[in-house]
Amino acid sequence: MLAVKDLHAYYGKSHILHGVHLSVGKGEIVSLLGRNGVGRSTTIKAIMGQVVSNGSVKFKDRELMGTKTHLIARAGLGYVPENRDIFPTLTVRQNLMLGMKGRKESGRWSMDDMYQLFPRLRERADAPAGVLSGGEQQMLTLCRTLMGDPDLVMIDEPTEGLAPKIVEQVANLFDEIAKRGISILLVEQKLTIALKISQRLYVMGHGEIVFEGTPEDLRANEAVRKEWLEV
Amino acid sequence: MEFFLVTLLNSLSYGLLLFMLSSGLTLIFSMMGVLNFAHASFYMLGAYFAYQTSTYVGFWPALVIAPLVVAGLGAITERYGLRTVHKYGHVAELLFTFGLAYIIEEVVHLIWGRAPVPYRIPEILDFSAFSIFSTQYPAYRVFMMLISVAMLVALYLVLTRTRIGMIIQASLSHPDMVQALGHNVPTVFMLVFAGGAALAGLAGVIGGNAFVTEPGMAVSVGTIVFVVVVFGGMGSLAGAFIASLIIGAVQTFSVAFDYSLLSLFGTIGIKVNTESGWMELWKVTIAQAAPVLPYLLMVAMLIVRPKGLMGTREG
Repeated sequence: MLAVKDLHAYYGKSHILHGVHLSVGKGEIVSLLGRNGVGRSTTIKAIMGQVVSNGSVKFKDRELMGTKTHLIARAGLGYVPENRDIFPTLTVRQNLMLGMKGRKESGRWSMDDMYQLFPRLRERADAPAGVLSGGEQQMLTLCRTLMGDPDLVMIDEPTEGLAPKIVEQVANLFDEIAKRGISILLVEQKLTIALKISQRLYVMGHGEIVFEGTPEDLRANEAVRKEWLEV
Repeated sequence: MEFFLVTLLNSLSYGLLLFMLSSGLTLIFSMMGVLNFAHASFYMLGAYFAYQTSTYVGFWPALVIAPLVVAGLGAITERYGLRTVHKYGHVAELLFTFGLAYIIEEVVHLIWGRAPVPYRIPEILDFSAFSIFSTQYPAYRVFMMLISVAMLVALYLVLTRTRIGMIIQASLSHPDMVQALGHNVPTVFMLVFAGGAALAGLAGVIGGNAFVTEPGMAVSVGTIVFVVVVFGGMGSLAGAFIASLIIGAVQTFSVAFDYSLLSLFGTIGIKVNTESGWMELWKVTIAQAAPVLPYLLMVAMLIVRPKGLMGTREG
């Protein structure tokens, strides 16, 4: 479904990604692991067309390299950024409405689905999103992107800084997403979660993919874990 | 009392006019981070276009046509000007709008000359609406206030009640995210720029004949509008609104006051040595100092609150 080949990305003069390749199949959950600063977030941003990049990004057999970000989103790619860019002056409901690409609810998700998954969002529906707690904002960001009915959603560090109970809720949401046949590309720091929910994993180091395989492969490969993951 | 009421009404109509200008400038600034130096030039173009159009078809069609033409120019400016220089950073954008202001002024010189043009209040509005004690209050001033308030309400409703308004509000904080959700942010930018230009153009249409339509009007109003935006806090619409009314009142009231520091000293009982070198300063009346007062206010605000009245952005 998503096939990235030889992806290079740049911030000004610095060359951040050096030929990244990865792929995500239909309905698959794939994790992108690695330490901070190795280019995981940049990879996702490059796929979304938000940083200067070249190479090939094919989605549903369509080349997206050079396409404008909003058209990439409309092609069916969803993006949940790490910094939870919620719209603080708008209400929770309005944030969700802006996730939709048109005026009407369409596709696999409705507002009610979101409120059922996260009852807290229904309670706060008319509150400005800026007053929500960090965990609530994370739920809102996820739900907002899902309201756009993506076929593949790229999620950057969703559980960072969240209480264990909310981490569990977020993990449940991943199940729900997968159940509806939506693919996930997950950037994650917590190895336990990634190993538990992913079908395949990539490990990044210095702007390149240094390992790819199944959770079993990674569990068995202590050298990779030591060199590229453990602190 | 009579003087006070009349001046208050005048300051209100002037303040609302300032807000029509500063609201567009504020929206453009908070969305794109560009301080549009050519904003007051759109105000001037609104006045000149209205003058030219009204010589053919009269004032009322001009009231609609001139702002629309200015909106079109605004859209072109954003689409083919700002968007092209955007990749070179904010300095390039500033220089672009700065240069554009000069170009517009020269073009106005070329077409309409250096002298003021006879853009007049339409006859149908050239009467006295009511009288306050012995002063006849001109109907056109009332009309200006009505138009300004109508625009203000319309702007508020668009921003808070419509989907495009929500997208604009969201783009104020996280334009990249809005685009990643599938909204065409560059086009929204263009619309906001065109809308801001249209507001400035409309202010020109109704302000150009109340005051005077001449090539220097962009510079004189432009500097005041910048004072308003800085005073109110960069990027805050509410701040721009309050600042517009305050600066409007300061400018309108101050020209009419003959008090000086000397008279103040007299009232509170301070004796001043008339031989003192400072005497000249003490004798300056508020009316004489009027042109500089808005700038003094701005400086005072920046010292007390560098963010401005309701600004949110850190320097």
